[in-house]
Amino acid sequence: MTVIVNNKETDLTQGNTIADLAKQLELPEKGVAIALHNRMIPREKWADQTLQPNDSLVIIKAACGG
Amino acid sequence: MKKLIIADKEFDSRLFLGTGKFNSNEIMEKAILASGTEMVTVAMKRIELNDKEDDMLHHIVHPHIQLLPNTSGVRTAEEAVFAAQMAREAFGTNWLKLEIHPDPRYLLPDSAETLKATEELVKLGFVVLPYCQADPTLCKRLEEAGAATVMPLAAPIGTNKGLQTRDFLRIIIEQSNVPVVVDAGIGAPSHAAEAMEMGADACLVNTAIAVAGNPEEMAIAFKEAVIAGRRAYEAGLGVQSESFEASASSPLTAFLNN
Repeated sequence: MTVIVNNKETDLTQGNTIADLAKQLELPEKGVAIALHNRMIPREKWADQTLQPNDSLVIIKAACGG
Repeated sequence: MKKLIIADKEFDSRLFLGTGKFNSNEIMEKAILASGTEMVTVAMKRIELNDKEDDMLHHIVHPHIQLLPNTSGVRTAEEAVFAAQMAREAFGTNWLKLEIHPDPRYLLPDSAETLKATEELVKLGFVVLPYCQADPTLCKRLEEAGAATVMPLAAPIGTNKGLQTRDFLRIIIEQSNVPVVVDAGIGAPSHAAEAMEMGADACLVNTAIAVAGNPEEMAIAFKEAVIAGRRAYEAGLGVQSESFEASASSPLTAFLNN
């Protein structure tokens, strides 16, 4: 199924949860956060949170800044 | 020197560092360690898929360092609350440098949205350190809203102009019951020393160190300036004379003549 990650269409090839997406994208264990439709989803709920086609996600990580 | 206490946490260092504008993560890490800082800011950005760049987080996570995620990039209180929740999840801390500056030209903080966001974030359990205008009334309102510190600007971000808001900073320092962190615009160690001599509780420095010819050496210079300024404040500075007439510091009785 196709979901939108940071405004880009992304093909989720296996599974249908946020945890599956995180695994596919090889996200690190720490330092990232994911929001589904602008609502933050805690990491412990990634495995339970199923995705629908065209769901919009934001994934952030650390950046340099003052 | 007295320890700095913010939200029941003790800090020996009164110098906070920003992590923007360094030429490399390695140089940034050296400057952070050389500065002796115990508080380092971190921003957030959207990941790029298949991105294999060096993770800056590895360079700033040290046992003695409190991470201070910022909300740079948000324009409203609502966006700030969302960013704060993402930061808490990503970095495992409820400490937050709240910054809401919708205008990209001057990057000046929006006072109304900053106050509103502080009220909401405190209720959500965040330790909120708001970057704000050097406005004594606003700083009192932020304190009443539960801000852990106030962080008034010395001059616009990245300008290195020093304490342009000097007189207002003095009033803020005199009135505040929470630590006052002078943020933004500090361009030289002498600026930081002046802020600390005035009684500021800490300084946040980024550009002046990051763009220096030798950031590691400049970090040490700022460390020493902040310590010197604080030590002078605690020692009690002498009163500046209003008069141009000298006041002798050596005995005026002549010893060469009878």
